[in-house]
Amino acid sequence: MKFQIEDITVYFPYDNIYPEQYSYMVELKRALDAKGHCLLEMPTGTGKTIALLSLITSYALSKPSNPIKLIYCTRTVHEMEKTLAELKVLHDYQVFHLGPSARLLALGLSSRKNLCINPAVVSAENRDSVDAGCRKLTASWVRALAVENPNIPTCSFFEDYEKSGSEAILPPGVYTLQDLRAFGKQKGWCPYFLARHMVQFANVVVYSYQYLLDPKVAGIISKEMQRESVVVFDEAHNIDNVCIEALSVSVRRQTLEGATRNISRMSQEIERFKATDAGKLRAEYNRLVEGLAQRGNLPIGDTWLSNPALPEDILKEAVPGNIRRAEHFLSVLRRLVQYIKSRLQSENFEKESPVSFVASLNQQVGLDQKTLKFCYDRLHSLMMTLEITDTDEFLSIQTICDFATLVGTYARGFSIIIEPYDERMPHIPDPILQLSCHDASLAIRPLFERFQTVVITSGTLSPIDLYPRLLNFNPVVCRSFTMSFTRDCICPMVLTRGSDQLPVSTKYDMRSDPGVARNYGRLLLEMVSVVPDGIVCFFVSYSYMDAIVNTWNETGILKDIMQHKLVFIETQDVVETTLALDNYRKACDCGRGAVFFSVARGKVAEGIDFDRHYGRLVIMYGVPFQYTLSKILLARLEYLRDTFQIKEGEFLTLMLLRQAAQCVGRVIRSKADYGMMIFADKRYSRHDKRSKLPGWILSHLRDAYLNLSTDMALHIAREFLRKMAQPYDKTSASGKRTLLSQEDVEKMSNAGADETVF
Amino acid sequence: MGSGGEMLVKRAKYKVSPKAPGNPGVLKMTMDEFVFAPNDPTSGTKLRVRFNSIKAHRVTKEGSSKQALLNLLKKGEGSEGYIFEFENFSDRDMCRDFVTKALEKHPDVPKKDSEGPAQLSSEEMERRIKLLQEDSELMKLHKQLVIGKILTEDEFWATRKKLLDGGNKRSSSTQRVGFKSAMISDIKPLTDGRVMYIYCEICQIFAEKPAVHQAFLTYVPKRMSEKDFWTKYCRAEYLHSTKNAIAAAAEAAEDEQLAVFLKQDYILASEARRKIRKVDPTLDMEADQGDDYTHLPDHGNPRDGNKEVAESQTHYDQYKRNLSQDLNRHAAVVLEGRALDVVIGDTRIVAEALARMKKVELANDTTEMNDNQERLNRVCRMTEIEDLQAPREPPVAPLCIKDPRDYFYSQQANALNSLGDTAVGARHVNCHINTQEAYSSLRESMSDIKSVGLQTSIIKAEVAFKVLASLTHSISSTKYNLGGNNRETVLDRLPSKTKEDLLNHWTSIQELLKHFWSSYPITTEHLSVKVDRLKDAMAQIYPKLQQIKESVPSDLRHQISLLVQPMVQALDAAFAHYDANLQKRRAKSGLNGTI
Repeated sequence: MKFQIEDITVYFPYDNIYPEQYSYMVELKRALDAKGHCLLEMPTGTGKTIALLSLITSYALSKPSNPIKLIYCTRTVHEMEKTLAELKVLHDYQVFHLGPSARLLALGLSSRKNLCINPAVVSAENRDSVDAGCRKLTASWVRALAVENPNIPTCSFFEDYEKSGSEAILPPGVYTLQDLRAFGKQKGWCPYFLARHMVQFANVVVYSYQYLLDPKVAGIISKEMQRESVVVFDEAHNIDNVCIEALSVSVRRQTLEGATRNISRMSQEIERFKATDAGKLRAEYNRLVEGLAQRGNLPIGDTWLSNPALPEDILKEAVPGNIRRAEHFLSVLRRLVQYIKSRLQSENFEKESPVSFVASLNQQVGLDQKTLKFCYDRLHSLMMTLEITDTDEFLSIQTICDFATLVGTYARGFSIIIEPYDERMPHIPDPILQLSCHDASLAIRPLFERFQTVVITSGTLSPIDLYPRLLNFNPVVCRSFTMSFTRDCICPMVLTRGSDQLPVSTKYDMRSDPGVARNYGRLLLEMVSVVPDGIVCFFVSYSYMDAIVNTWNETGILKDIMQHKLVFIETQDVVETTLALDNYRKACDCGRGAVFFSVARGKVAEGIDFDRHYGRLVIMYGVPFQYTLSKILLARLEYLRDTFQIKEGEFLTLMLLRQAAQCVGRVIRSKADYGMMIFADKRYSRHDKRSKLPGWILSHLRDAYLNLSTDMALHIAREFLRKMAQPYDKTSASGKRTLLSQEDVEKMSNAGADETVF
Repeated sequence: MGSGGEMLVKRAKYKVSPKAPGNPGVLKMTMDEFVFAPNDPTSGTKLRVRFNSIKAHRVTKEGSSKQALLNLLKKGEGSEGYIFEFENFSDRDMCRDFVTKALEKHPDVPKKDSEGPAQLSSEEMERRIKLLQEDSELMKLHKQLVIGKILTEDEFWATRKKLLDGGNKRSSSTQRVGFKSAMISDIKPLTDGRVMYIYCEICQIFAEKPAVHQAFLTYVPKRMSEKDFWTKYCRAEYLHSTKNAIAAAAEAAEDEQLAVFLKQDYILASEARRKIRKVDPTLDMEADQGDDYTHLPDHGNPRDGNKEVAESQTHYDQYKRNLSQDLNRHAAVVLEGRALDVVIGDTRIVAEALARMKKVELANDTTEMNDNQERLNRVCRMTEIEDLQAPREPPVAPLCIKDPRDYFYSQQANALNSLGDTAVGARHVNCHINTQEAYSSLRESMSDIKSVGLQTSIIKAEVAFKVLASLTHSISSTKYNLGGNNRETVLDRLPSKTKEDLLNHWTSIQELLKHFWSSYPITTEHLSVKVDRLKDAMAQIYPKLQQIKESVPSDLRHQISLLVQPMVQALDAAFAHYDANLQKRRAKSGLNGTI
């Protein structure tokens, strides 16, 4: 459908639109007009993404003189793919209605690991090895050597891409990662470098948060984005965590050992160079004297993760004299590693500020703050000079230098926390030194300054007034939309008792009770025989999940469950979990039905949707509390209280809400969808626990559903499923309109215009 | 019904094409030919065509905005024919019915037995015959219903359009029995490996554990006998079941072949890498990891209380059996289904066949372009918001339950339940008599006996027991029999003839009901005729079912009646609907009459 919002013609690829989508667009447009930032909350299952995409692209189309660029950030690659798929539908629609003038270039960008098509490189295990493998073939010195010696392997895709020079462009269209790879294969060009090049010209770029928020990555990828861009952070309820993670570093014993190895390898290299090619080292020294820590224009194949500190905090001056010579720099690193090693031997928990850490570092091993600050750039320069391509081997020393640079750069908003063991497992010694960032606003501040509009949106941002404080910005629009329901399509229940009427809980004292495990098992067993298609179960932790699944296996409950549905389970291995999820979906698609066991704070809970038949029922076993005694969390709470006057309770509530929303909030895709949620723990019957659930779930939680036993829940489930399977009137239920047609929208916009006139 | 002298005359327009204006006139039909005489005798489109030159007829769908067209197709290739437009649909339908009858009288070159009206292309016919030959049940049904004149050939096949259309594409879609849902590991192996696996379980082991499969191919029979192989395998299983990774590691160090079973399956790992590339990109968490610049080496906050504590890796990990891994693997294999046809035979043959299968699979893998396209389409479909637009045809697989018996299996469970229920129900009979009343009534009867004496002699305990036992024997024995073995069902215990009859009736009832319900609402004469026909056919089934019930020995009668009951209920529902509908229509027509 096609409709007007004030002066903008919005192209929306469906015949109907939800009223909340419409008002979402109106608010978003207001923010775009004002060239300010905005914060929008709208529950899942209301089509946020498509509303956002269609408004912003339509906005760009209606102002062809000065088109805005859309930078769309997703948390994960699979969300990126989903967004691009929606964009494809939208783009087809716009081109159909407007002709070729509506064509735009949209692409997703990811790491080499996900884009590389060179079979020799991409088969490597992890991202770092792929990066290194690529570098081995594409570094400028390798290619220079290869010109003379044809036996040195290079990457044909990269060479062809370089050869075609400015002709290597992507024609307009929407490109997912898969499309990019296919295009690269067809042309023989490297899709990774092509995509990185095209990012500057694209109308829509979709990539993950880190490409903007993490200065290490943003420095090389997002440096040249123009100011007239709209940056969107979707599913942004965790954005503060991403921000602080981007600026946090932790050092373990293994890191230090690795760093020591790296240092000795580098010193060998230096000796070798001295003997054979001393000129290169001298050239580097001269460059550093001139104040060029980095050579200005690196060839694209040489670029590397950039400085971990934010661009404006990096000193633009010459590298200090004491680390200009390669040997001197190595001895500084040695001393630094030695010092950290000695600190890690502490048997007690320690916490100190960066300032005092730097002071004691200066006192004990004579390293001043400025030296520390330059560590990263100096290391980078040295590794280039030494022509090191297997960068994946040098991750440890990189970590140490990241740490040094950050600790030298920031005096506030960070603390250094040394823990001899994890408090949840005090019997296993695992000393760790963490430089923990507490201030989410640090990483995101440059974005607010650089781009005209930053949109932060998610299904759960409540309490919505907390986010501007956490991220320290002033939104021009700050709205929260509620979902209008056509029918009661979600059915939350609180189950407090099992089939034998005894209470169930994952509370510590009841956790090992076999009766609880049995009751939980019986609950699932009853449900698998009633609920069609997919069921998802969340457990509080991996260890608990393993224990209970083993118990079910031994007592035969698992076997009975398998009579009804196939069982899949999340493991710590990502590959296996992904395959399990894929099979789970297949099983749901083909009608076999399946159960997926997952962990409330695991990777699956974080980002996989269980909408429609992929999740007709979610069972939440226990309350997934955060471990609130974590030293880092306590330090952060303290900082937030002192700096932003955010109370501990307020912040912890936010955390809990997110957790619950993440697990159970992903079952609804649209208003035609339906699903049930069972909260199986007696503690949910208490109001203070329950009130942490998102509002749109609470509004459906009837009093009668608060204290159920298995048999009652089963009865309710049967009734609910029977009711939901009936056809219903989509457009309106009891007066209030929940689905708008073209006409309705036109009427509304006219009415809106009238209002402004009078 | 139709005598040769029958004749039908209607006003109609003759058209060269459906869009043409048409030439008004009178259409006269007899059983042998139809004659069209235009109102304007000069227009020259006079027709006289014999029915034996007509192949088939087509009609337009009924609807207010549509023309009532009847197209009589000429024999031969192409679809040209004689198109007539009628004034209204009832005229058209009468003509159509007439033509149907007429065409029946002029069969095409008579095909194998009386395959019904000759209005099909030979290709279509062949396909139908093939389908019938492939499926003996369908054949039986066809014989009973079509040749028994209850349904016409067209009607019979109309409900099987999918079968006809997809017949060529999914020729291999005949279902096979898949793997069992239960995991093999549920069978607890003994220390000395005395568990003997049966063949289908071996298939499953091979499918779930490619390393075992590989080992079997290399070791047996050259390096060890098959028996030794399985003994070793069971030993390994036993070691795993003790959950003692250190002991397992120790044994593996001594025995190289045993180590194969104890270690993690390396083939699985490589297979996983291959499969991960074909995974749906909207859930590919592996790609997320590949994009993750913060969480990899030592960045971020590992102990902020939000993350899970990862267990440390040890040397013994490769000997640890992980239940979750097994679960995932098992479910994946069950989902893939059994691709092998070798059911019983040499394990060696099974193993080799499986290896060949895998090779073929690998070869197919290289042609991945199609896969990608399909995957992308799927993603696009998934991202659509369904209720914001008109529904597209649901991409669901048609439900094909292989065997009507499946229904009976489920019924059997119900039957058991109901047996149980009655037992429980009996116990819970509520007595609203309090103790005092009970006592007084007892006293009364005792005094009665005292005064009058017992009228009947007391039965001896043994006799009473005997009677009771023989009365309840059948019930308890059924329960016992059924509880013990899942595979044996009520059906298997019935005499084979009864069983056959029951199944036949069930399929034919299903078919009849399908046609019956799909004929409602009755809009045309034809439908009402059809419904009547169906009703008569269904009515005949009642006595047959009764007959079956009476024919079986008394101890099975209860079971039979449980099985027959749902059929009777379904039929009853149909009849109730028929009667109600008939009355409604009568009332309506009566009403019309008075006005």
